[in-house]
Amino acid sequence: MGETTMRVTVDHDLCVGAGQCVRAAPEVFEQRDPDGKSTVLQPVPDAQYQAAVREAAARMCPARAINIEG
Amino acid sequence: MTEAQAVPAPTPAPPTFPMPRACPFAPPAAYSELAEKGPLTPVVDVEGTAGWLTTRHDVARDLLAHPKASKNLLRPGFPALFPGAAALAGEIKGFLIWMDPPEHTLYRHMLAGEFTMRRVQTMRPQIEKIVDEGITRLLDGPRPVDLVHEFALPTASLLISELLGVPYSERDLFQHATGAILSHESTQEQRKNAFIQVRGLLSRVIAERTENLGDDLLSTLIRKYREADVFDHDHLVGMAVMLLGAGHETTANMIALGTLGLLQQPEALAEFKADPALAPKVVDELLRYFSIGDHVTCRVATEDIEVRGVHIPAGSGLIAPNAAANRDPAVFPNPDAFDIHRNSKSHLAFGFGIHQCLGQHLARLELEIVFTELFRRIPDLRVDGEVADLQFKDQALFYGLHRLPVTW
Repeated sequence: MGETTMRVTVDHDLCVGAGQCVRAAPEVFEQRDPDGKSTVLQPVPDAQYQAAVREAAARMCPARAINIEG
Repeated sequence: MTEAQAVPAPTPAPPTFPMPRACPFAPPAAYSELAEKGPLTPVVDVEGTAGWLTTRHDVARDLLAHPKASKNLLRPGFPALFPGAAALAGEIKGFLIWMDPPEHTLYRHMLAGEFTMRRVQTMRPQIEKIVDEGITRLLDGPRPVDLVHEFALPTASLLISELLGVPYSERDLFQHATGAILSHESTQEQRKNAFIQVRGLLSRVIAERTENLGDDLLSTLIRKYREADVFDHDHLVGMAVMLLGAGHETTANMIALGTLGLLQQPEALAEFKADPALAPKVVDELLRYFSIGDHVTCRVATEDIEVRGVHIPAGSGLIAPNAAANRDPAVFPNPDAFDIHRNSKSHLAFGFGIHQCLGQHLARLELEIVFTELFRRIPDLRVDGEVADLQFKDQALFYGLHRLPVTW
């Protein structure tokens, strides 16, 4: 594995702006104004950030709003 | 049978939540026993109402993020943390923490944008100033000193005044009254009067801002309430009181407990003093280790649900004590060890689900600055007396210390 292509999206209907994804991977996510919801900066995250993105999606995002393909 | 039993009592009777801590630095010992019984075990609350408790991190997340889990403490079955808790709920208009969607969604999004990591970082200079002045007062004052009343509570209160934009002319009153609400030395009467004073002060500030909008948080909320066509003075006062309640005691407790925790871990403290860049990891590990909001991660099921093969009837309490989840060895290997190098990021000290603490980035930044500066400016800080004699807040909603005498 490791070299798989990962695609990340955030479901804005679910996102509550807790900012966990930004804590996990600030290179991949940011919180937007004015509602604090997360937007994806790197829809295909660099390999070095993939583990953090997976942790954010699996264990950290309290609204379970992060979707990962691949 | 002359008397029908309404609820058949299972054998043995389920234990009562909350459960006491035996060691001040560890979660209640009962959690380890319950962990062996399975992913979910039956418990009762202090009023005898049935609920289900999990000690596991993954199951805690399933419960707290469940779409059929309500945070409305007026719903029958919501776990009572103290007898009569729901009776206080008449006072909670505007309390985001007890709202369910869609009401919750509206107000959560009004606030969330004001508490992002980026926003919070812009407050760093004000936070540093408040912390700096607080430490100077300690250094200029007598020794030994009680860190709780002379530093932790006032610092946390001043930070909230700054956040809410309480005018400087009112800050002494605000600080005195908020301190009186939380001090264990206050009588019930003093506490009640102090609460009325604080509520009145916030109501005056909001009325003034309503006439004369500024760029502070309350003015921003007035604008957002108006844009959504939901402006209601009393609702906003409730929101402000909730922000105070959520941020004051919690932060103060973590300041005092965290200071004690670091003093108890000399190797970690030495490393932190030598490398203040460790502050974020130190703070997250302290949050995980103490899990001061252990009791508040509760919900009630609004429908019959099935979690991990367990059928949970509507109206059951859902209890996910975060001190237990935060010591789940499946997520935190060797969980009882205090280790500033572990990955603590996914701890549940700020809860989980749509109610996860809004102010967490602010709290983290405050704590990072406090611990960095406290140990930089008072490197010889130490507990005055025996740790075994310290009084912990065993009965309180948020775990903490009543007093922490320190000297240097």
